[in-house]
Amino acid sequence: MEIPYTVAERPDTGLNNVKLGIWLFLASEVMLFGGLFSSYVLLRVGNAEWPLGAEFLNIPIGTFNTAVLIGSSVTMVLAFASLKLGDLAKYKTYMGATILLAVLFLLVKSYEYWEKISHDHLPSHGTFLAIYWTMTGLHGLHIIGGIAVNGFLWGPGSSMFHTKRDQFINRVEAAGLYWHFVDLVWIFLFPVLYLL
Amino acid sequence: MSGNTEEVKKHIGVYLKVAGALGVGTVVTVLASFLDVALALAVVIALIIALTKGSLVVAFFMHLIEERSRAILWTLALTVTFWFVLMLVPLLTMSDHIGTPKTLPNANAAESHAEEAH
Repeated sequence: MEIPYTVAERPDTGLNNVKLGIWLFLASEVMLFGGLFSSYVLLRVGNAEWPLGAEFLNIPIGTFNTAVLIGSSVTMVLAFASLKLGDLAKYKTYMGATILLAVLFLLVKSYEYWEKISHDHLPSHGTFLAIYWTMTGLHGLHIIGGIAVNGFLWGPGSSMFHTKRDQFINRVEAAGLYWHFVDLVWIFLFPVLYLL
Repeated sequence: MSGNTEEVKKHIGVYLKVAGALGVGTVVTVLASFLDVALALAVVIALIIALTKGSLVVAFFMHLIEERSRAILWTLALTVTFWFVLMLVPLLTMSDHIGTPKTLPNANAAESHAEEAH
């Protein structure tokens, strides 16, 4: 059975299903992370003493990871543009770079986590550490999800380029929107947790 | 973004410029954190830079600047509204004094007079 509006735009919304679905999903994600940012504010103003991020976290490493994630967002959008130009080889190069940068981000984050654990800076040892682990942990899970989706679209999923090109480009666009959102969250997480 | 080759190439140029701006923004964020200013001002500076970087990502990488679909724009407007409500929760919690015991200045006056009389 053919699902309608996978490529064509729906007459009522002017969007295809993929685009409408991913934007609704991102709206729910904004509320998920918004709830955590709200909790952060509540915990911070409710505490008489709040440590500076630099007391626990490594600013150069955090800055490096920010650059890595922004870089992955750039390669992601270039992968989408390559598909629009009909260049599958370039798409694969850029999408591959996006995945590698995401893995690098996770490796650096894992090193940071390992450093925290070895210094006994666990979530149970303070409110700041609890919210730090929660927010960066949830963000890390989103990175893992993004790697899985992008990995599929880079590998087996890319065969669709030859059979249903428009639908494939829509899928990559949706994956890109998700990936830029993950980058967006980090753009706010970094100063809030590391610098303030 | 349409599939027009010239238009896509023009977009690629914009993406690279935005990438440069995001890199500069990241450096400025870190440098600004070393400024010797009050916490409130530091928060405002950090949020302004983060909002600028975030807007660039949403506008150009997520193509919202050329989005004309009312369904998306209304969804986002509603999301932003409820996001502000979420951010107001800490403020409302701080200003809510219902149930907090309050001692009046002369609340124990009668008892202390009675003690003095003894």
